[in-house]
Amino acid sequence: MSWTTTLGGHSYRFADLRDLLARSTPLRSGDVLAGVAAESAAERVAAQTVLADLPLQHFLDEAVVPYEDDDVTRLIMDSHDADAFAPVRSLTVGGFRDWLLSWEADTATLSALAPGLTPEMVAAASKLMRVGDLVAVARKTRVVTGLRTTIGLEGRLATRLQPNHPTDDAVGITASLVDGLLHGAGDAVVGINPATDRPSTVLALLELVDDARRRLDAPIQSCVLTHVTTTLELLEQGAPVDLVFQSVAGTQAANRGFGVTLDQLREAHAAASELHRGTVGDNVTYFETGQGSALSADAHHGVDEQTLEARAYAVCRAFDPLLVNTVVGFIGPEYLYDGKQILRAGLEDHLCGKLLGVPMGVDVCYTNHAEADADDTDTLLLTLGAAGCGFVITVPGGDDIMLNYQSLSFQDVLQVRQTLGLRPAPEFEAWLGSVGLLDDAGRVPQLVPEPIRALMS
Amino acid sequence: MSADPWETLRAATRARVGLGRAGDGLSTAENLRLAAAHAQARDAVHTPLDADAVVAALGERAGPVVRSQVADRTEYLQRPDLGRRLSSDHGLSSGEFDLAVVVADGLSATAVHEHAAAVVDALVPRLEGWAVAPVVVAEQARVALGDEIAAALGASMVLVLIGERPGMSAPDSLGAYLTFGPRPGRVDSERNCVSNIRPPDGLTYDAAAEVLAALLTESFRRQLSGVELKDTGAALPPAAG
Repeated sequence: MSWTTTLGGHSYRFADLRDLLARSTPLRSGDVLAGVAAESAAERVAAQTVLADLPLQHFLDEAVVPYEDDDVTRLIMDSHDADAFAPVRSLTVGGFRDWLLSWEADTATLSALAPGLTPEMVAAASKLMRVGDLVAVARKTRVVTGLRTTIGLEGRLATRLQPNHPTDDAVGITASLVDGLLHGAGDAVVGINPATDRPSTVLALLELVDDARRRLDAPIQSCVLTHVTTTLELLEQGAPVDLVFQSVAGTQAANRGFGVTLDQLREAHAAASELHRGTVGDNVTYFETGQGSALSADAHHGVDEQTLEARAYAVCRAFDPLLVNTVVGFIGPEYLYDGKQILRAGLEDHLCGKLLGVPMGVDVCYTNHAEADADDTDTLLLTLGAAGCGFVITVPGGDDIMLNYQSLSFQDVLQVRQTLGLRPAPEFEAWLGSVGLLDDAGRVPQLVPEPIRALMS
Repeated sequence: MSADPWETLRAATRARVGLGRAGDGLSTAENLRLAAAHAQARDAVHTPLDADAVVAALGERAGPVVRSQVADRTEYLQRPDLGRRLSSDHGLSSGEFDLAVVVADGLSATAVHEHAAAVVDALVPRLEGWAVAPVVVAEQARVALGDEIAAALGASMVLVLIGERPGMSAPDSLGAYLTFGPRPGRVDSERNCVSNIRPPDGLTYDAAAEVLAALLTESFRRQLSGVELKDTGAALPPAAG
């Protein structure tokens, strides 16, 4: 189906749904690179005007990537819950945006709606939203998951502690792990990006964190972010795997670029579930995504990067994840050029994921070749805090010495928790209190409790 | 008990552990140190490749200098597609090679200036009996430019040594990407990567060469690269520093 409209005396035509969505998308470098962006500011608003009048039902009739060619489209269409969709079935995209902002759309209503929404519907609505809207709707959308801690509760902001080291050195990783724990970080996960995919190294890292967890008697879960095939191999060997990790994207071809299939994810999800390592929940998968990943793999099918990102969340939600985060500023300036584009994309991803029922976190970050700096990460962190974000990534000093990019520091999160009155995950908060790392005002004092001191020697 | 519990741990990593605080946030001194490191990394991104110096350092192993289709650094940052395409005037001619080696600026020419020739010098003697093409130096290049270069050279495999995106502690980190059967259209999961070649804090030249030689040999034997090829053979090099 195609659409035409006029704005300011000019006529605009949109060839199909993916064209309409792409040209409605607020400006970002990746869509320009892909050749799908609006060619002028006026064309963008013309597209948004048409999109606002499009019935939500249309998204069930026209796929942006053909059903026959793509297993992500099939997953989206085949798992759509028509009953859950009923409350918004008669709405247009613009009407859906208004409804999301309405008082009627409260937390319980939004949770019940999630299985009835497709990624393309939520992406479309988000394209009509400003930053304030993205925050306001996300704030009342809640997705709660658990393993040894509970993530996503109101008034909480958890952290992934990311103690990476360029040669996977055990002492170096322990240094960053300890520094994070001393700053109250690690309640979402202690997650290491290994320098190598070698199974023996991955196993050693898993054992390192699991050993620290048991010595400290701390409610944390660990993850070594290696390819799912490596984790499967280690699961067969009986390794202490809390969480299966995989990078995923919004098309079958992009997932092939990551070397992963939905069947492999099903197999790994089942294998990790059988271990029953959780205490407060049984969510055993962790996914990372990011706008631009499909384009980067030349697997975007002419669809804009934000819509494809939302489709990646449909992949995630099929495997009951504990955590999903967009690595929003990591992929580089060819996809999100500057701080303004990164800010908006982070908030879009966070909202779209949560509306689909996915436990969203954000890696608030930038690379040194992007037009961004620490002021931009502060701004995104504060807005995500206001939006009720589940978790963010933290590294010592915000400087990841393995992946060579800047994320948040432990101190950044301490500051925003105090500014906005946010607290760590409840089980972890209790543990921090028990070892003296939380005072009566919810602040983290500068001291080294004995059990952690023992880890340091 | 040590007076400073950080003493041992700090020596094992360049991670910014144990930073000074002001309330919940970072102290003035720490903020200035972070700003200075960011400034250095920003500058590394924009330093141009000195191709003549790289050719001189490679000595008799040096081959031609080529460019991608990118015009300048600003375009490079926004158009990775052009950074993967070989300029039409490359002048490469086809031969019979087991391996093409490409030294590419990527996002840090500084890394190439510091480390690339030394990695080549450590690696090539470990590849006894291999027909290795003269080393191509590539400007404004992405990893996948190696596929086009290797195809033009008629090589069975390609190894691209490329400047990685500069981090605040590491403006000069070199990555090595190995691809079997290089041709335009190869995807990332069909490559194997050894990253953080950057002595003394990252991998040493000998350690990197040892892992790469093992990977190359196994890749050639199994006629594939990527996620199906795990580097189970070589031992993990010891951490330096």
